[in-house]
This record gives sequence, C-alpha cells and structure tokens, in this order.
Amino acid sequence: MLKINNLHASIEDKQILNGINLKVKPGEVHAIMGPNGSGKSTLASVLAGREDYEVTEGQADFQGEDLLEMSPEDRARAGVFLAFQYPVEIPGVSTINFMKTALNQVREFRGQETLDAVSFLTFMKEKMKLVEIDQSLLSRSLNEGFSGGEKKRNEIFQMAMLEPKLSILDETDSGLDIDALKIVANGVNKLKKKDNATIVVTHYQRLLDYIVPDYVHVLYNGRIVKSGTKELAQELEAKGYDWIKEEADATTA
Amino acid sequence: MSKDDQILEEFTSKEYEHGWTVDIDSDQAPKGLNEDIIRFISAKKEEPQWLLDWRLDAFRVWSKMQEPHWANVTFPSINYQDIIYYSAPKQKVQSKSLDEVDPELLETFKKLGISLEEQKRLTGVAVDAVIDSVSVATTFKDKLGELGIIFCSFSEAVKEHPELVKKYLGSVVPVSDNYYAALNSAVFSDGSFCYIPKGVRCPMELSTYFRINAANTGQFERTLIVAEDNSYVSYLEGCTAPMRDENQLHAAVVEIYVKADAEVKYSTVQNWYPGDKNGKGGIYNLVTKRGICAGNNAKLSWTQVETGSAVTWKYPSCILKGDNSSGEFYSVAVTNNYQQADTGTKMIHIGRNTKSRIVSKGVSAGYSQNSYRGQVYVMKRATGARNFSQCDSLLMGNKCGAHTFPYIDIENKSSMVEHEATTSKIGEDQIFYCTQRGIDEESAVALIVNGYCKEVLNQLPMEFAVEAQKLLALTLEGSVG
Repeated sequence: MLKINNLHASIEDKQILNGINLKVKPGEVHAIMGPNGSGKSTLASVLAGREDYEVTEGQADFQGEDLLEMSPEDRARAGVFLAFQYPVEIPGVSTINFMKTALNQVREFRGQETLDAVSFLTFMKEKMKLVEIDQSLLSRSLNEGFSGGEKKRNEIFQMAMLEPKLSILDETDSGLDIDALKIVANGVNKLKKKDNATIVVTHYQRLLDYIVPDYVHVLYNGRIVKSGTKELAQELEAKGYDWIKEEADATTA
Repeated sequence: MSKDDQILEEFTSKEYEHGWTVDIDSDQAPKGLNEDIIRFISAKKEEPQWLLDWRLDAFRVWSKMQEPHWANVTFPSINYQDIIYYSAPKQKVQSKSLDEVDPELLETFKKLGISLEEQKRLTGVAVDAVIDSVSVATTFKDKLGELGIIFCSFSEAVKEHPELVKKYLGSVVPVSDNYYAALNSAVFSDGSFCYIPKGVRCPMELSTYFRINAANTGQFERTLIVAEDNSYVSYLEGCTAPMRDENQLHAAVVEIYVKADAEVKYSTVQNWYPGDKNGKGGIYNLVTKRGICAGNNAKLSWTQVETGSAVTWKYPSCILKGDNSSGEFYSVAVTNNYQQADTGTKMIHIGRNTKSRIVSKGVSAGYSQNSYRGQVYVMKRATGARNFSQCDSLLMGNKCGAHTFPYIDIENKSSMVEHEATTSKIGEDQIFYCTQRGIDEESAVALIVNGYCKEVLNQLPMEFAVEAQKLLALTLEGSVG
C-alpha cells in the first residue's frame, strides 16, 4: 500500500528526515516511536502533504501512485488520513457541516454518489455510535473550545466518516487521560479492516497497549534506526531511548 | 465661498443665462447638471410642482457643498458635469439571446444557481413570452393590497400617494445631509416605496417581488419605507446576481421611518461590478441609508452583505429617538483585488433605554482596503442606553489592509457601551486541515469565511442566506494559492 524509499525532507533549510525507508501493507499497524525531535511528526506531515516541508530526495508510492506529486486534498481523497496532533479550530463551522463538505468531495473523487442531507445524517449516526461521540459536540464550531479529549475523539470520528485506506495518527495520545485514551483506541480498533492500514506515531508505549502494532520502528535523527515487533515498544518503555541513541550514534560514527 | 463652489455656481448660472433648454421629447438628457436638467427629469416623470421645487432646492444645496474626502478610499474625482442624469429606460440595448451575453457572466449565474428566466432578465435579454413573474407579481400585489400595504415604485407612489411621499421624503435623510444625498435628492431616478399600515404584519419578505420588478432602478435610487405603529416588515434590497452596469457613480438614498412598537428589517446583498483584477472599472457605490425609530419600542435592523463595487461608502444608521427603541447593524464586507470599502454604521441614542448592537465582519483579500467606520453617540437624554459593538477583520494574504475607525461619544453617564475588535488571518493551518480532509482549497476558504461571517449571515432570510454564501465564495475565488 505504502512504500517509502530514502525519503529526505527539510523545513526552512533545516534537514529533518534523512532517508526513511518503510513499507506498509494492507491490514497492518505500524508504530513509529522515537525521542522528541526525531522527525516523527514531520514524517506524518510530509505524507499528508503539508506545504511547509520540502521533500529533497526519495520517493513515496501509495497504491501505485506517486504520493509526493499529489495535492493534499487528492491524497486525502485517495485515502490518506491524518489525525492531527493539534486539531485546528474553525469558528462558525460545525463538524457536521465540515464533514458533509469533505465527505461529498471525497465521494465525488472516488466515483461514489454524493449524499443528501438525510442519507448523510443516517451515515453519520452510524459512525457516531462506532466511535462513541455525542451529536451535541458535532454541532458546535469545529474544535472551538473542545477539551483535549474531545478534539482527539473528533479526529477519530472524522476518520470513521472518511473511511481512509491509510490512517496516520500523530501523537493522538498526547493530552489524553486514560479513559479518553481507551475510547480513542477503541474507535481506532473498530475501524481496523483487512484492507486498511494504520501508522501510529507516538512517543510513549502507553497507547500501544490498546492499539497493538504489528511492527514498531524507532526514529532517530530522521532515520529509522531500529525496527521490531511490539516487544520493542515494551523494551523502549523499560529502558528509554538512550541506548537506541548510543547504538545509532556508534554506527554512524 | 470656496473657489470650486464659485466656479460651479458661475457655470450653472451661466448656462441658465443663455436660456439653454432641453428638448422634452428626447429620451435622454444631455450630459451635465443644472436646474434645467432637473426640470427636464421632473417633467419627464410628470411630477407635481412641490417635488420639482424640492429637487431644485436640493440642487442649490448640493451646488454649495463639497465632495467629502474623509473616507479611507481613494478614487479619481468625479466630473459631475460629465454624467447623463436621465435616460429613458426603453433606450436600454437589449440582447436578443443569452448567446450574446458575456460568457463569464453566465458562468457566474450558473455558479449562483440563478434560473434561466432570471438570467435573461438580469442581462437584459428580451423575453418573448411574458415572464411568468408578471403574474406572480400581480398576485403578490393583490395580496398586499388587501392588507393595505403599499409597495410600488417611487414614481408610482408620487402619483398615487403624494401625501405620504410629501410627508416622509427627506424626513430621515434631509437634503443637506451630505454631498451624495443632496445630489440624489436633486436627480433621483426612481426607487421603491413601501408603506405598512398600523398593526399590519407584512406576511412575506418583500423580496421576490422586488427582484422581479425593480432590479434596474438605475444610478440614483431612492427608497422610502414607512412602518406605522405596531407593524412589521422584512425588506430585501438588491440581488445576489452580479449586475453589470455602465454607470460608474451610484448614489442611492434609503430612508426608513419606524413608528411606535413597529419593526423593520432591511437586508441588502450588494454585488455590483467591482472592477477587473487590476482595479480597472467598477462601480463607486456612495450610499446614504438611515432609519429613525421615531416611536417608543420601535426596532430597526440593518443586515448587509457587501461584496461588489470598486468603492463602497456606506453607513446604514439608526436614530433611536423613541424610548426603549433598538437598532441593529449586521455587516459582512468582502473586498478582493483592488476594491475599497469604507462602511459601518451610526447609532444615535436619543431616547431612554435605547439599545444598539453592531456586528461587523470585514474580509480583505488581494490588494484591497477594507475599513469599518462606526459611531455610537449617546445623547444627554438617553438614560440607560446600551450599545455592544463587535468589529472583526479577516485578512487573506499580506497585501491587503483592514482598518477600524470606531467613534464613541457619550453624554450620559448611565449608559453602557462595549466595543470588541479582532483581527485575524486565515491560517495555512486551517486550510491544510480542510485539504487534508479532501476539501479543495477554494472550498476551504469559502467554508472558513462563511463560518467567520455566520453571525451576520444568520440574520438573512433563508433563501437569501444560501445565495449570499455562494457569493462570498465567488468573490474570493482565486484569492489563495
């Protein structure tokens, strides 16, 4: 589904990603871990197409297409979803209205019929149940005055609505208490299917207790320096990141 | 007397001296403005003597006035002697079919979802079969007539209801109010008259009718609305479709007289030609709009969505004379490319416990300049007066400007006046958040701007609000990226 080859990216001439290689197949859950500043969020942003970043080298292939050549909206329509670390507020626009606009543009792109108000609401109610979100929240201005937990749940709700192929969760656990974390993780697990894949970007192992990854990758200095299975995450939790840094620094030196 | 006035006076009196007259049978007045032109206009419209005298009086007042330059707009000075002040409507060149109409304009109609019949009407295409709207209009008129509501063109009102016109014309906007109002008073072409009798609630938005009948009221439009005690009317001016118009100067006057316990809601969506992308052409929209809440508990509410015109100079105001009367002003002003808007309101609190509310949302894009100018004046007698003002500006890109000029004058200590203002930019973060969900950039901007203007758009009647939303999107097309 996703093949990343030797990906380099920079922001304002500062090199952040230094050659990422990653393959994600349908049905898989990959966790990207790493210390602060290792390039985790940059990777998520570059895949979603944020313009602040410049790809200086490498390729990314998504379902046989050159992902990096696509506009952010076309990536989204093709099935790339980014759950934001800091969801943006849009005053005066309700989540319902926002999702209706988004879903219909996405559906149009995918050659599906656009939904009228009634079928949209039916579809929405179904997804609301799935991710345990209240309609009153969705009628309010998007993310405005939402608590941290509400914002993240709203992200997962949007993910449910848009039915992406590849979901990238950028530090979705940050700012969540354990109850909110469980609800969010539960939502993600329910949305998991054979034909979609998830990349979980996180600093802590905590979230991975609930969203169990098939693979864990450790990012350091813009490179994946170690890959393994879920046991690697537990090892990191116990030992911290220092030993990874030392190992990596030793190899490059 | 200033030099300009002197020249002007010399000029006008000289013309008169020469006994220069205008042929009454011609369909068009020659260029320029003098007393004879005004006599010509008045004669053409078969007006009574009192109205001619009123016009002449206005002309003399205007001749002694100077063009105001305090607004935050710049445009080349207008040569008032280079304008044709009367042209018979039948002279309008009609296209034979929509094929002859500017395709860009038709494209815009399509985006706004304007019906084919209406497209023809708006572009001045001759329609063979009598448009069904004529019968619709008649039906409306009968229904309104039963309630005693008068709703007709200004010229018709002068003929049919001279006592009402005479009583209220100039009662809210006196001839000498300002330069453009004086000019309008002297030369106004036509407009609308609306009278709601005591205790009558107008059962429909006076909109559909208006759209059908009075779209081409011309350059110097005059509107007069009178709401008797305990009556109600919601009035919609203008048209969401873009009006192409060769007249560069538009100086309209709207007067609203609201009596005790009555309520008037006045909504405008203005989308005149704003000029091209380089700022060439476009309408100068220099309008005077004012209403008086003359009786106790009267209520007047202005809602405007301004997206057109190259230059906008407009301050719909409320004189709150009756005790407990209230005034509202909700405004969205969007400027793009080289448009300039200086708009806002005046709330004059005279009566006790009078309330006013101002919500202004400015959106500037391109190289445009967008100013809010508003005055809240609480007079001595206005014990317990309250005002709340909120002025928000949204900037798109870094070449446009947003300005706020609030004036607050308080002469009564018991009053409460609040003013809030914000300035923000459409964030790249917001746009990226939308595009990441599959929404294209233009729709994202439209969504964000509509959200920002929601409080004002909510004030518009339903069908108008939908078109206004589309219009905002159209105006800002191409302003990102």
